[in-house]
Amino acid sequence: MKIGVLAVQGAFIEHEKVLSELGAECVELRKAEDLQADFEGLVLPGGESTVQGKLLRDSNMFANLQQRIADGLPVLATCAGMILLAEKLEGDTVSHFATMPIAVKRNAYGRQLGSFHRDENFKGLGKIPMTFIRAPYVVEAGEGTEILAKVDGHIVAARYKNQLALAFHPELDKDRHIHKLFLDMIGKTA
Amino acid sequence: MSENQASRYELNKQLAQMLKGGVIMDVTTPEQAKIAEAAGACAVMALERIPADIRAAGGVSRMSDPKMIKGIQEAVSIPVMAKCRIGHFVEAQILEAIEIDYIDESEVLSPADNVYHIDKHQFKVPFVCGARDLGEALRRIAEGASMIRTKGEPGTGDVVQAVQHMRKINGQIAKVASLQTDELFEAAKELQVPYDLVQYVHDNRRLPVVNFAAGGVATPADAALMMQLGAEGVFVGSGIFKSGNPEKRAAAIVQSVTNYKDADLIARLSEDLGEAMVGINEDEISILMAERGK
Repeated sequence: MKIGVLAVQGAFIEHEKVLSELGAECVELRKAEDLQADFEGLVLPGGESTVQGKLLRDSNMFANLQQRIADGLPVLATCAGMILLAEKLEGDTVSHFATMPIAVKRNAYGRQLGSFHRDENFKGLGKIPMTFIRAPYVVEAGEGTEILAKVDGHIVAARYKNQLALAFHPELDKDRHIHKLFLDMIGKTA
Repeated sequence: MSENQASRYELNKQLAQMLKGGVIMDVTTPEQAKIAEAAGACAVMALERIPADIRAAGGVSRMSDPKMIKGIQEAVSIPVMAKCRIGHFVEAQILEAIEIDYIDESEVLSPADNVYHIDKHQFKVPFVCGARDLGEALRRIAEGASMIRTKGEPGTGDVVQAVQHMRKINGQIAKVASLQTDELFEAAKELQVPYDLVQYVHDNRRLPVVNFAAGGVATPADAALMMQLGAEGVFVGSGIFKSGNPEKRAAAIVQSVTNYKDADLIARLSEDLGEAMVGINEDEISILMAERGK
């Protein structure tokens, strides 16, 4: 199973390590030519969403990936990735792929002093570790969006069709449930 | 370290992981911060004077005015870093009080203490520190730094020292990784660092924290050079706002860091950037900032 990992900026190597460990093959996506590889899933890693959004456009990958996501390519999006998928960003006029009907608040927990780690329930998986680094959360989830986890009343994980979006970083913890769930999603689509 | 401190330290190292593959730019005003953010900076370093001007002005160089830093915090949504003097733990306390995202305990400012660095475990906010070799890097990490950068020679526009530091650190890492386990005790003694950190480097063939390049990076080619030499991201100080066309140069350096092996692209990115900072050669300067704090 081949998975495309957006590698323009951020913690993409961490995702690649986890996915390789689970037997998947990863291709790094840095420029338009890289999109010719036939990957069956896409990872949008953590990092800075403003940087990633800009580089996606500068490298001419944006329209192609947006179309493939809209067409059903399974996506695992963490932190900045969730911001890339959101239809609407609170207090901001820009959005990026806007393929998922959610509104997201950036830096929702404040600056680095607000970063935290917690074990919380994730629908169907039980308690899993969740690491939040200057994290966003979902303030509004549109129709067809399944809410998968909440922390202190705020939505931190949701799924809309082929798109699994998390405010936290499963790639930074040892628990592998989320990445297995993503690989299952791909298996069922294929 | 208490359990809380340990967990905070993990979160701080993890923030640095999110900055990887990115460019951190020195800015002196909210306007510059916005230009840097729009150009694709993954974080900005807020300071009153960029290193080239600090070098030109001479005298004692201190932490920036908190009000100026706050102005930059309000202007951008990316992480904001600021510098305190080596050993000046009260400047660090002040930066923590205004909720800075990362403190750079920096040799670019005048050192406040000729012997001791800050005990960074006493802080909740993360620290990045400069290092010229593996011993310095691991001593800073032992003190609680959650990110390392080369020291380079700031404000010169001359990349030679950053190259030297990056090669030295990576060469020493390779050497430690090749040692027999019973030789690690002697390595810890020679490097003047705790044994467990040497063991980590031996087992993982890398530093326990993210390592960026800093000092003298002025062109897209300089940035890609540092990435090919093993940097996980790049700090650009005077190189951007001391050049002819800051917007264009900043954006070009950001793209060059992402595509650091793509010479065709870097060639295109290097066209028509206007004048690079003039720079001074390492042997023409009287103060070697990298010599501060060992």
